[in-house]
Amino acid sequence: MPGVLVFCEVQDGKLKKASREALSIGRKLAEAAGGDLTAFAPDKSAADDAGRYGAKKVFVADGGGYNTETYTAAMQAAIAQASPSIVLFGGTSNGRDLAPRLAARLDAGVASDVDRLEWAGGKLKARRPVYSGKAFATVEVSSVPAIATTRINAFPAEESGAGAAEVVEVSAPADAKAKVVETKVTESGELSIVEADIIVSGGRGLKEGANFSLIRDLAHAIGGAVGASRATVDAGWIDHQHQVGQTGRVVSPNLYIAAGVSGAIQHLAGMSSSKHIVAINKDPEAPIFRVADFGVVGDLFTILPALTEEVKKAKAH
Amino acid sequence: SVVCIAQVPDTETRIKIGGDGRRIDEAGVKYIVSPYDEYALEEAIRLKEKEGGDVTVLGFGPDRVQQALRESLARGATKALHVKGESGDADSLGIAKVLAAAIKTIPHDLVFFGKQGVGTDNSLVGPMVAELLGYPQINVVTHMETAAGKVTAHREIEGAEEVIEAPTPAVITAQKGLNEPRYASLKGIMAAKKVTIDTKSIADLGLADSDIVNQRVTIVSLELPPEKSGGRKIDGGDPAAAAKEIVRYMKEEAKAL
Ligand SMILES: Cc1cc2nc3c(=O)[nH]c(=O)nc-3n(C[C@H](O)[C@H](O)[C@H](O)COP(=O)(O)OP(=O)(O)OC[C@H]3O[C@@H](n4cnc5c(N)ncnc54)[C@H](O)[C@@H]3O)c2cc1C
Ligand SMILES: Nc1ncnc2c1ncn2[C@@H]1O[C@H](COP(=O)(O)O)[C@@H](O)[C@H]1O
Repeated sequence: MPGVLVFCEVQDGKLKKASREALSIGRKLAEAAGGDLTAFAPDKSAADDAGRYGAKKVFVADGGGYNTETYTAAMQAAIAQASPSIVLFGGTSNGRDLAPRLAARLDAGVASDVDRLEWAGGKLKARRPVYSGKAFATVEVSSVPAIATTRINAFPAEESGAGAAEVVEVSAPADAKAKVVETKVTESGELSIVEADIIVSGGRGLKEGANFSLIRDLAHAIGGAVGASRATVDAGWIDHQHQVGQTGRVVSPNLYIAAGVSGAIQHLAGMSSSKHIVAINKDPEAPIFRVADFGVVGDLFTILPALTEEVKKAKAH
Repeated sequence: SVVCIAQVPDTETRIKIGGDGRRIDEAGVKYIVSPYDEYALEEAIRLKEKEGGDVTVLGFGPDRVQQALRESLARGATKALHVKGESGDADSLGIAKVLAAAIKTIPHDLVFFGKQGVGTDNSLVGPMVAELLGYPQINVVTHMETAAGKVTAHREIEGAEEVIEAPTPAVITAQKGLNEPRYASLKGIMAAKKVTIDTKSIADLGLADSDIVNQRVTIVSLELPPEKSGGRKIDGGDPAAAAKEIVRYMKEEAKAL
């Protein structure tokens, strides 16, 4: 069957954003390939959500929390039943952990971190940013199945209006060599930059760690996540989880606001594919202005508080 | 242990597209050890210093890869294996097959990778090798400890860290923060010059070109991103006025408010 199978993850009883996005592009690919969209999920609770995004069936394996080895076996079982032409993973930690392991088992090719996907001439055609966004490679995956991991925020999540998906249980061996013995929450309640639609980032222009409060206040007012340049992470002003760039996270939110960030090539690598970029910097020659759609030449210490106030006013309306 | 070293263009490189329209123009490109592989190497060296044994660095690629291996020896690796071949013609699974075959020829408990080869940014090879060897994998590791026959490592995930325990042999992929990589000492550089880098061909490993040359994933084209059409720039001398302008932009164009 020339269909598409999407690996889905559940958080707080709902499908993760990355999974909803992967299902949405998966539905388009399934239509183009002339097959069905199916999903794999850790438990039955995903059936309504997966159906809403167009999945006809959802394969579930009640094997507990994420484990590379047991999930590889369960995905393999789902693939054996659905025989899809394409298998998609949202680009989460787990998706990116599982896709290559499964690919090696199936002798299949993977296009990772893709931001465009197309079914063309019986092959999966994907575009992926390389050299941290300094170039784009278009690749063709010709194996069956063809596997891709999708970049978060690159594909809009669109409901199909369909009802709950049919639940099909798959069984898989539950033994694994590696075992999760503990999960330590590092950033309770904070929005991760990887999933955020809006990111407000601070750089060394903040002068000291305590001034990150200016960034946090704005992020909070807009409902965005807090990003940071490597210089601020290295200075110990903020945790590495927030670092944007070549050796941090690569993000592509709808709106990226950078304040006091110079725009070094390694920073641009992580954010230049953002859809809208606002830069605040006192140096009119700062390289960040080369990628900014809207630049403000000025002092972040006066502009950020004014902006936070203005955003609060706008939100109040 | 074994550390797989990918040689990649310096992160400062200005990328130019090569004549075939599918790869970068290598002229004038400076190559470095992929930054995440430095964390992998450092961890292996620390382990050796604590527990003894060898640290073998392994690289698959053209002749220039020897430079990356030599640098790694200077930092403290004790042996090096260069598998010669056009790694650029292979997809990630092809590379993984070569590395897996080479790893089998080296005694080891742990196999280290970077979480990602900077440049191609695939993050695929480590877990693929783990599967090919039938080893457990712990991916994107920020902290690890070993005990007899066992490794315990912290895996970074969204907003949390998983503590994972696995029997050795196992595959570890290194994330920034795992350690602070050392620089090569003069003594290390001198000692590295005396080490002979072992060289093998793909055929020596019992593989044929057809096993690794792009069968599954082919690069169709490589393009530079479109030039940004130069954004608007305003003066922020009047913060309140500037804030109003930004909010208007956020509302009307970014539709973010
Ligand atoms: C291998 C490698 C990997 C790297 N990876 C990353 C990465 O992942 N992410 C990353 O960010 N960097 C990375 N870097 C570091 C990068 O090269 C830069 O050093 C770093 O991004 C600089 O951070 P910054 O912009 O905060 O600081 P700076 O470059 O010091 O810039 C500070 C900016 O603030 C402005 N400023 C100062 N005061 C004010 C004020 N009052 N109001 C407004 N503006 C003000 C200044 O004009 C300046 O432009 C990497 C480097 C290497 C070599
Ligand atoms: N040609 C290669 N030779 C040796 N190791 C490699 C090679 N390519 C990738 N690796 C290893 O695999 C990791 C992940 O690479 P990638 O999957 O390309 O992002 C790198 O950090 C290296 O440790």
